[in-house]
Amino acid sequence: MPRRTDIQKIMVLGSGPIIIGQAAEFDYSGTQACLALKEEGYKVILVNSNPATIMTDNEIADQVYLEPLTCESVSRIIRKEQPDALLPTLGGQIGLNLAVELDESGILDEYHIVVLGTALKSIDEAEDREKFKELMKRLNEPVPPSQTVNSVESALSYAEQVGYPVIVRPAFTMGGTGGGICKNKTELEQIVANGLDLSPATQCLIEKSIAGFKEIEFEVMRDAADNAMVVCAMENIDPVGIHTGDSIVVAPTQTLSDREYQMLRDCSLKLIRALKIEGGCNVQLALDPKSYQYYVIEVNPRVSRSSALASKATGYPIAKFAAKIAIGMTLDEIKNPVTGTTFAEFEPALDYVVTKIPRWPFDKFKDGDRHLGSQMKATGEVMALGRNLEEALQKAVRSLEINESDLISDYCKHVSDEEIEKQLVQPQDNRLFYIAEAFRRNYTLEDVHELTQIDCYFLDIIKHIIEIEKQLEENVGDAQLLKIAKRYGFSDQTIGKLWHQSTNEIRSLRQTEKILPVYKMVDTCAAEFESATPYFYSTYDEENESQKSKKKSILVIGSGPIRIGQGVEFDYATVHCVKAIQKAGYEAIVMNSNPETVSTDFSVSNKLYFEPLALEDVLNVVDLEQPEGVILQFGGQTAINLAAGLQKNGVRILGTQVEDMNRAEDRKLFNEVIQKLNLNQAQGITVNSKNDVRKAAHRLGYPVLVRPSYVLGGQAMKIIYSDSELDNYLKNHLPQQEDHPILIDKYLQGKECEIDAICDGKNILIPGIMEHIEEAGIHSGDSMAVYPPQTLSTEIQKKIVDAAQKLALELHFVGIMNIQFIIHQNQVYVLEVNPRASRTVPFLSKITGINMTQVATNAILGKSIIAQGFKPGLQSEKTSIHVKAPVFSFNKLASVDSFLTPEMKSTGEVMGSDRTYAKALSKAFVAAGVDLPSTGKVVLIAKHDLETLKIAQCFTNLGFKIYSDKETVTYLTQNNINCTQVSLKRFMLSRNANLVIDTVKMGNVDGFENQEIRQLAIQHNIPLLTNLNTVKALLTQMEDQTFITNAI
Amino acid sequence: MKRYLVLEDGNVFEGEAFGSKQIATGEVVFSTGMTGYQEAITDQSYANQILVFTNPLIGNYGVNLDDYESLQPKCRGVVCRELARVSSSWRKQDTLDHFLKQNSIPGISGIDTRKLTRIIRSHGTMKGCLVNSIEDKNHTIEQLKATVLTDQLVDQVSTQQPYPNPGTNRNIVVVDFGAKHSILRELSKRNCNTIVVPYTTTADEILKLHPDGVLLSNGPGDPESLPNAIQMIKEILGKLPIMGICLGHQLLCLACGAQTFKMKFGHRGFNHPVREIATGEIMFTSQNHGYAVNPESLKDTNLMITHLEINDQTVEGVKHRNYPAFSVQFHPDAAPGPHDADNLYGDFMQMIDSRKEEF
Repeated sequence: MPRRTDIQKIMVLGSGPIIIGQAAEFDYSGTQACLALKEEGYKVILVNSNPATIMTDNEIADQVYLEPLTCESVSRIIRKEQPDALLPTLGGQIGLNLAVELDESGILDEYHIVVLGTALKSIDEAEDREKFKELMKRLNEPVPPSQTVNSVESALSYAEQVGYPVIVRPAFTMGGTGGGICKNKTELEQIVANGLDLSPATQCLIEKSIAGFKEIEFEVMRDAADNAMVVCAMENIDPVGIHTGDSIVVAPTQTLSDREYQMLRDCSLKLIRALKIEGGCNVQLALDPKSYQYYVIEVNPRVSRSSALASKATGYPIAKFAAKIAIGMTLDEIKNPVTGTTFAEFEPALDYVVTKIPRWPFDKFKDGDRHLGSQMKATGEVMALGRNLEEALQKAVRSLEINESDLISDYCKHVSDEEIEKQLVQPQDNRLFYIAEAFRRNYTLEDVHELTQIDCYFLDIIKHIIEIEKQLEENVGDAQLLKIAKRYGFSDQTIGKLWHQSTNEIRSLRQTEKILPVYKMVDTCAAEFESATPYFYSTYDEENESQKSKKKSILVIGSGPIRIGQGVEFDYATVHCVKAIQKAGYEAIVMNSNPETVSTDFSVSNKLYFEPLALEDVLNVVDLEQPEGVILQFGGQTAINLAAGLQKNGVRILGTQVEDMNRAEDRKLFNEVIQKLNLNQAQGITVNSKNDVRKAAHRLGYPVLVRPSYVLGGQAMKIIYSDSELDNYLKNHLPQQEDHPILIDKYLQGKECEIDAICDGKNILIPGIMEHIEEAGIHSGDSMAVYPPQTLSTEIQKKIVDAAQKLALELHFVGIMNIQFIIHQNQVYVLEVNPRASRTVPFLSKITGINMTQVATNAILGKSIIAQGFKPGLQSEKTSIHVKAPVFSFNKLASVDSFLTPEMKSTGEVMGSDRTYAKALSKAFVAAGVDLPSTGKVVLIAKHDLETLKIAQCFTNLGFKIYSDKETVTYLTQNNINCTQVSLKRFMLSRNANLVIDTVKMGNVDGFENQEIRQLAIQHNIPLLTNLNTVKALLTQMEDQTFITNAI
Repeated sequence: MKRYLVLEDGNVFEGEAFGSKQIATGEVVFSTGMTGYQEAITDQSYANQILVFTNPLIGNYGVNLDDYESLQPKCRGVVCRELARVSSSWRKQDTLDHFLKQNSIPGISGIDTRKLTRIIRSHGTMKGCLVNSIEDKNHTIEQLKATVLTDQLVDQVSTQQPYPNPGTNRNIVVVDFGAKHSILRELSKRNCNTIVVPYTTTADEILKLHPDGVLLSNGPGDPESLPNAIQMIKEILGKLPIMGICLGHQLLCLACGAQTFKMKFGHRGFNHPVREIATGEIMFTSQNHGYAVNPESLKDTNLMITHLEINDQTVEGVKHRNYPAFSVQFHPDAAPGPHDADNLYGDFMQMIDSRKEEF
C-alpha cells in the first residue's frame, strides 16, 4: 500500500533526557523516523526536552520544540501546530506513556489527531500486565504463573501460594524500574512497596521466578497488511534473572537448534499479529534449558534499546521502516537500503557474531550496589562484531573503556576461591572477569555452569580464551600462536602483556609476519547478494572487502559507550563533524563502538567501521584508509586519550595538536600558561604520594579540592573540609593510586560559568556564556545553567572573553574548546580548559543558532571564522532565556548518594526556554521531573544560617508547610518561621512530603544518616534538591507563578 | 590436522580437518540459514554437494536423532568458519564431528567462508574437493576439472523398496526422490496413512495402490535427468491430486510442458520471502534448490503461477488450471526454517477431500 495521503503533518514524540533504561537509542530511532517521514513528504513536528540530540536539529524535523514532555506542554504545541497525526512509538516508554495521557485528556479527539503505528489499545494490551496475561491465555501462549497486585498484602499472599523466589515487575515503568527478585517475605515487602509507588498505575506483577532459563529476544516487524517478520533473534549469555539491559547478549542465537528457534519465532510472530502492531516490536522469551517449555516474558510494542542493537547488529534499519509502516507502507514495497535491490521484507542472515556488553557506572559510583538483577543499572553499551564469539567478546571488552582492556583483571587475581564462587553465584557487573579467573584456577565447565547457570557453550568460549592466554604465556614470540590469538580476538596490548613486550613490538611483529586484519561488510544477507553498504568490522580472515576511498578522506573518532560524564552530546558532535567534513568535499569515515548512536548509522557517514576505540584498532583503520588526518575533538575523552598514541605512530591529528592538549591538561604546564598570560587560577599543588597530600592541604588551607590527575567527569574528585575527611578520602578513593599524581587545589567559593568557543588559530568565536546556578564545587555536568548570564556584569563578561581569547591563542587551539571559570570576589579565575567539545555544545548551538561543531570542523579544515561569515568574539545575546537542568537516575542505583558534589552523577539533561528567567526555569524543572504542586509539604534539612531562614520564609509565604527535625524546628521557630517537628524517617516512609531539601551532605537527623532520608525521597519519587542555589532557583520560578496572600 | 578445499577455478582454502578423513569431491554450494545445520546436512537434496555454512559458528548444540532429515546423509562435505569445541543442548546425542566421522563425511573449519561465498556468488556454483594435502596442487585442480559429477543423484538417495508410514486418515503416496523426514512428519501430524515409494515407481503401480493423493518429494540434482518420473506424472495427472515440493515441483512443471534451468548459485537458506499471488500474503520459506522453472515456458502450459520470490521473481509455486495439482519450489515442511508455509499441507488435504466429495 502506498503512503497515506489523508495526513500531512505528523507530530513525533522524543524520549526526553538520558536516564538508565532510556539512552541514546531513542535519538537514533527518532532521527531515523523523522528523516523517513520527511523523505515521504510529510511535515514533521518534533517534541523533545533533550537538547543533546540529533533529532532536535532543525534539519531533522520541520518544526522542533525543545519543550517538556508533559501532557500540558505537548497539548499547547498541539493547539498551535494542529498536526493530523501523532507517532508515539519511537520515543521510548516516555513517548508511549505521554501518548496514552494525551489520548485520555481528550485532546487527540478534539483535534482529530490519528495515532500512527500501533493503536493505543494494543499498547495498553501489551503493557497492562493483567490484559497481557489474558491475551496470552487467549492465544494459548504460556506466561510464568503470576498475579497483578495493588497492595503489599496481596503480593505476600500470592507469593505464599506459588512459593519464593518471585519477581516483582511494576506496571508501566521503563528499564524494570523498581522491580526485583525476592527470595523471602522481607525482600518482597520492600520491593513491592517501592514498585507500587513507582508504577503510574499503582500496579505490580508478582511472578514465579524462572531464573536460569535461557533468555531470548526477538525483534519483529509487522505492517498493516499483516506481513510479519523477524529482524534478529538475540540470546542473553546471562540467563533469566538479570535484566536484559544488563546482560551480555549475542546475536544471532547460538544455543538454539532450529526446532527451538522456529518454535520461538512462531510465538513471536503470533504475538505481533495478535497485538496488531504496525512497526517494530520486541518479544522477550524464556526457554527452559532442559525442555521445550518456554514462557513469554514481555512484549515491548515499540522500538527499543534492543531494536537499536538489532539494527546495528544486522544492518537492518528498524526505526526507519517502522516509520514508513506507520504511514501505511508495507514491507514488500519498502526497498532495503543495504542491498539496494531487495525489499524490507527480508529476514537478515548474519555471517558474523555480535556481542553486546553493557557499560555500568560503577567506576564512578564506588558506593553503588553492583549486584545485577531485574533492575537495569547500565548507562550504555558497546557492541563488537567478529567471525567467532571469542573475537567478538574480546573486542567488546576492549570497547568498554574500563580499567580492564581484556579478561585479565588485577582484582580477581588476589581473591580467594570462596570469593570467586560467591561472585559467580551473585552476579555483579564484573562477573565475566571472575569467570575467566575461575578457569585460570582450573574450575571445570560444569563447576562454573553450576554456579552461574550460564550455558556451557558460552562458558567454553571464555575457557578457550583462557587456554590461549596460557599458551601465549608459555610460548613467547611464537608467530603461529600469535596468528591464532589474533583470530580469537586478543589485542596487541594483551599479547604484549603476556609476552612482557610493548604493544608496539607486537604490532611490528604482526606486520612482519603479515598478520593483518581484514574488513568484512555488514550486508544483511551473508554475502548472498551484492551490496554496497559502507559498514565494516575487522577480523582476521583472508579477504578484505573494504577498499581505500578514492577521494581524500578524514577519520572521525566517536565517543564510545554512554557513561556518566560522556553522554549522547558527544555523538551529536561527532555527527555534525561528519556533516561538515562532507560539505567540505572530503569523505568522512567514522569509527565507534556504541550501537545506540546516530553516528553508527551507516547512512550518516561515507564509511563506518564498527570497532573498539583502542589505539590498535584505530591504527589498523588508518593503515588501510590512509586518511588526510584524524579528528579527535568531538569524541569526548575517549578520542582525546588516543591523541598521544596516534601522534607517536605518525598519524596526523587535525586541529589542536597533542602538545597543546597536554599544556591544557597537564597541571604543571597549564600553570605556566596561566602565569605567562597573567590570568588567575586557584592555587594548586600536585603531589606524588599520599603522605604529601595532607601537607599540601595545610599549606593551601581548607577547604580544598582533591582529585587524581587525568580524570573524566570529576571522577573521585571531592571538596574536603578537614583532616579527618581527607584521611577518609584517601582511604576510600585512592587505594591503588600510588604512582599517579594527586592534585590538591584551594577551593574557591563563588559563581561558576563556562563558555564553549571555536578558535581558528587567529580568532576566537564565543557564541555565549553560560552561568551556572549552583556554585563552584558542583560538577558542571550536574549544575543547572542559564543563558544568557543573569548576574554577571559586563565587566566580568569582558574579563571572561579576554581570558578565553588569550588562552585559545596561547595554546594554539584550532577547533572547539570549553573553558570553565569561577567568579570569586569579583575576580575571574580559570577553573579548567578542555581542548575538545563539551557537554554543553549542543545546548549552546541550539540556542544561539550557531552550529558550533560544524563551524569548528570548518576551522580545523582551514576555513577561518571570518571566512565563515562570523564576527570574532562574544556574540550578541539572544532575547530568549534558556535553562539547562541535569537529570539523574538515582532510583535505579541503590546506595549511590544523591548529594551533589564535584563528582558528576547525572545521566542526562533537559532544557527549558522562555521569555523570562522564571518561566525558563519553570520549564526546565518540569522537564527534569521536578514538578511541584503550588502548595504542599516540604522537608527541610539545612545548615542553621540566614540563607536557610530566607528559604524557609519563602516556602511559608508560598503556602508550603515545612517539616523538619527537632534542632532545625527549634532554630526556625526562634526566628518566627512556622514549622512542624516530625520523625523525618517515619514522615518519609509514609510518603507525606512533596519536596525534600537536604543540603547537609553528612549528618544525622533523628539518629538517621541524612543519606537515608535522601534515599527514601528517591525511592518514593519525591523531588529532592541538595543544593541551596537550586532551591533558590526553584523559588524564583515558583514565586513568579504564585499569588502571594499577605494581609495589608 | 590441516585440510584443504580446492575449487575448480584454482582457489585453495587451508583449514582444519574435522569429521571423516575421506577425500571428497562435489558441487560447492552455500546455505545462509543460521540454525539447523543438522537438518541441512541430512537433507538428501544436498547429495553430491559440499555444503558451506555462511553462519560462522556450527556444531553449537550437537546432533540428535529427532532432527535427522534422512538416516543416510548424502552431502559430500561440510565447510564452516568455526566448529564448536563444546556442543550444548539437553537434546544432544552426539557431536557434529563424531556424527560426520560415522557418516564418512569430511569437514573443514577455519576458512574464510565469506570469501568462498562471494566467489560462488560471482562465479556461480562450481566443483570443489576436500583433500588432506595439496602437495600436487595443479594435479588436484586438473583432476577436479576432469571429474564429471553424476547426474543420477536421485538413484543414490531414493528408497529401494516401498515402505509404509501408517496412519488412519487419507492415503498418500509419497514418491521418494530424496524425501526429507519432515514431509513424513507433516503427513503424520495430519494422521495420513502414507506409503513411500521408489522414484522408479510407474503410474500404473501408483494407481493400483488407490491413494487419495500423491506427493512428489524434494530431491537432488537436475529434474531433466528423470524422464521416467516425468512420464509417470503425466499419467497420473488428472487422475489423482498431486502436490509437488522442490524437485517434485520442477518435475510437475516439466510434466506439464514447462522448462527448467540451472541457476547461477541457487537458493539455499530460509529467509527467502515468497508472495502468494492470490492473497498478497508473504511468507518466509525454507529453500534448497539449484534449478528453477522458467517462467516464460509456463505460458504455453495449463499451469498458473501461484507464488513468486519477491526479490528475484523466481517461480515458487504453480497450480494446474484444470486438475487438482499444485507444487511449490520451497519446503513448506521447513526443517530447518520458518513454518510460515505449513498451511500448504492443509491445502493438499482439502484438495483431496473436495475431490473425494466429487466422486
